[in-house]
Amino acid sequence: MENNRREKNVLLDVKNLRTAFYNGDSKMEVVRGIDFTVQKGEILGIVGESGSGKSVMVKSILGIIPNNAKVDAGEIVLDGEHLESLSKKEKRAIRGREIAMIFQDPMTALNPLKKAGDHLVELLVRVRGMKKKEAINEAIELLRMVGIPSPETRVNQYPHEFSGGMRQRVLIAMALACNPKLLIADEPTTALDVTIQAQILELLKKLQKENDMSVVLITHDLGVVATICSRILVMYAGRVMEEGMAHEIFYSPKHPYTKALLNSIPRVDGEKTRLKPIKGSAPSLQTISSGCPFADRCEFAFDKCFKETPEYQSFSSTQKSMCFLAGEGAKVDD
Amino acid sequence: MLKYIFKRIMGAIPLLIIISIICFGLIQLAPYDAVDAMTTPNMSEKTIELIKARYGLDQPAYMQYFYWIKGILSGEWGYSIVTHESISHNLSTRIPNTILLVVPAYILALILSIILGLFSGAKKGKLVDKIIDGYSSFGIAIPSFWLAMILVFIFGYSLNLFPILGMHTIGSEGSFPDLLSHIVLPCTVLTLSFLPELVRYVRSSTIGQLSEDYVMVQQAYGAGATSILFRHVLRNVLLPIITIVGMSLPMLVTGAVVTETVFGWPGIGTYFVTAIRGFDYPIVMAIMLLSSSLVIIGNLVSDILYSIVDPRIKGMGE
Repeated sequence: MENNRREKNVLLDVKNLRTAFYNGDSKMEVVRGIDFTVQKGEILGIVGESGSGKSVMVKSILGIIPNNAKVDAGEIVLDGEHLESLSKKEKRAIRGREIAMIFQDPMTALNPLKKAGDHLVELLVRVRGMKKKEAINEAIELLRMVGIPSPETRVNQYPHEFSGGMRQRVLIAMALACNPKLLIADEPTTALDVTIQAQILELLKKLQKENDMSVVLITHDLGVVATICSRILVMYAGRVMEEGMAHEIFYSPKHPYTKALLNSIPRVDGEKTRLKPIKGSAPSLQTISSGCPFADRCEFAFDKCFKETPEYQSFSSTQKSMCFLAGEGAKVDD
Repeated sequence: MLKYIFKRIMGAIPLLIIISIICFGLIQLAPYDAVDAMTTPNMSEKTIELIKARYGLDQPAYMQYFYWIKGILSGEWGYSIVTHESISHNLSTRIPNTILLVVPAYILALILSIILGLFSGAKKGKLVDKIIDGYSSFGIAIPSFWLAMILVFIFGYSLNLFPILGMHTIGSEGSFPDLLSHIVLPCTVLTLSFLPELVRYVRSSTIGQLSEDYVMVQQAYGAGATSILFRHVLRNVLLPIITIVGMSLPMLVTGAVVTETVFGWPGIGTYFVTAIRGFDYPIVMAIMLLSSSLVIIGNLVSDILYSIVDPRIKGMGE
C-alpha cells in the first residue's frame, strides 16, 4: 500500500546509472551503477566523501559532464519522460526548465562581466519567453524572494559587488526563475561561512515548500543533511552504500561506512569522546577491484567482502544497505 | 576614477625619464665615435675638434643629455648628421606612411584572429582547431622578410598583379587606386605576421574561459553553445585583448621595419635602417625614444581603458 503511493509520487527515477571518464584507451568508471528515486516535494540528501562520484552523478543526469566522460548505461526517468534516450538538443531543453542546478562555488559561478540582473533576464527571456522589460521586473522580484535587500539597485550590480552568500542567493534566484520541478544543489554551502550556510539552507527549505519542488542536496557535511533532508543516500566510490529516511540513517545506520561517518562527527553535547576518523582514504577508481569498495577500510571486513560485491538488503520500505553484515545487526552494532 | 587615471599618468612620467636616460646612455656606450660620421681621415685634429664643438660633442655626457632632452621637449628633435635634414620634419612625413600600412594590417589581423581564435578554441581538439592552431605555430616561425619575398615572387613577379616597390607609381602620387595596389602586398605580409600570435592568444583565452564555472552554470541552465560563446565568453575574451592592443602601440613606429625595407616603403622602418647604417645617431636616438615611450603610453592607455570597460576595476579608484 505504502509502496504503491510512493511509486506514484516519484519525480525522478534513476536506474543503473554508470558514468565513465575516458582518457585515450583507459577508462575510469566514476559512477558505478546507481539506483535511486526522488519523490515529489522531498529534499533528498546525497552524502559522501570527496571523490565518491556525487557531483558527476547529478551532472550525468543533467548531461553536463565533460567531453571525455560518457554516461554508459542506465535509465533516467523524470516525471514519466526518459532522459537517457533524448538527443543533446532535447536534453538541453530539460535543463533550466524541468531541472535547475546550483553550484558549489558562488564566487565563480557568475560571469564577472555581466550584471546580476542580466543573468536572470537572459534566463527569463529564454526559458519563460518573457519580454525584456517584464523580465527585469521579474528579476527584481526574484532577488527579493531570495532575500536580497534593495533588489532594485542590486539588479544592476556586477557579481564582484556581492558577497559569497549574496551570490549564492543570486544563483538560487536563477534556479527559481526556471520554476523547476527538481532543484539540484551541489554543495551549495561548502564555500560559505557557517552562519551564512544556515541562512542559505533555511532559504532552500522555505523555497522548496513554497514552490513545491523536489530538491537533491549534495554535501559531504552530515550536519547540513540533518538540518533539512527528509531522506538520505550515502555514496562511496561511485555506489550507494546505504539509503534511508533521515531518522533511519542517523539513529539506526546499518552500513559500517555510514556508522563510521557518523562516528567522525564531533559532538557538542554529552561527554567528550575522541573522534574516530575512518582510516585510510577513498579507493582509487582506477585500481578498484571486485568486492565491496569499502572493504579495505572497514573494521568488520572478512574474506567474502574482498571477493564479492554485496547485494542490497532491505530493512524497511525506505531503508536498504549494501553490506553482507548489515542484516546481522548484532555483529556490527557497537 | 579620474583620480586613478591621474595617478597612472603621474606614475608614467618617471618611467619616461628613465627611458630617455637609457636611450641616451646606450648610444653613448656604442663603440663608435659619432664624430667619425662627419669627418674624413685626412682632416686635421683641429678641424675635428671644431666639428665636435659645433655639435656639442666636446661637452660632458650629462650636458649633452640635458641639451638633447631640452630639444626633444621643445619639439626640436635635431638634424640628421648625414643629410642635415630636420628629424622632426622627416618623422612627420614618414610616420603617417607607416601608420597607413600598420594600422589596417593590425586591425585586419585582430579581427581575423578573434574569429579564428574563438572558433578554434570552441572546437578544441577538432580538425578545425588543429588546422588553425597548426597554422599559428607555423606562422610564428616564418620570418616576415621570407614571406615578403615569396609573395613578391608569386604576386609581383610571376603573376605580375601588384607593384612590389614603394608607395606610388611615379607620376600618379595622388591616385588612390594606385596607392591601394601598392599597399596590398606589404599589408598582407604584415597581417600574416601579426596574425599567428594573436590567434594563439585568443584561442588559449577562449579555452581558458570555456573551462570557467560560469560556463558550466550556463550549460546547466540550458544555454546553447553558440549563445554561451557569444553572450558570455566573447566579452571575457575581448577584455584582455585591450592589453595586447595597448602593448602593440609601438608598432605604429617600428612594427614594419623589415617589411618596409623589403618593399621600399617610405616609412619609419626604412628611415631607421638607413640611419643605423650611417650611424646617424640623432635619428636612432629619436626613434628609440619614440618607440620605447610608446610602450609606456600603450600600457597607460590600456590601463585607463580597462578602468573604463572592466566593472571590476571601475570601482577601485574610489
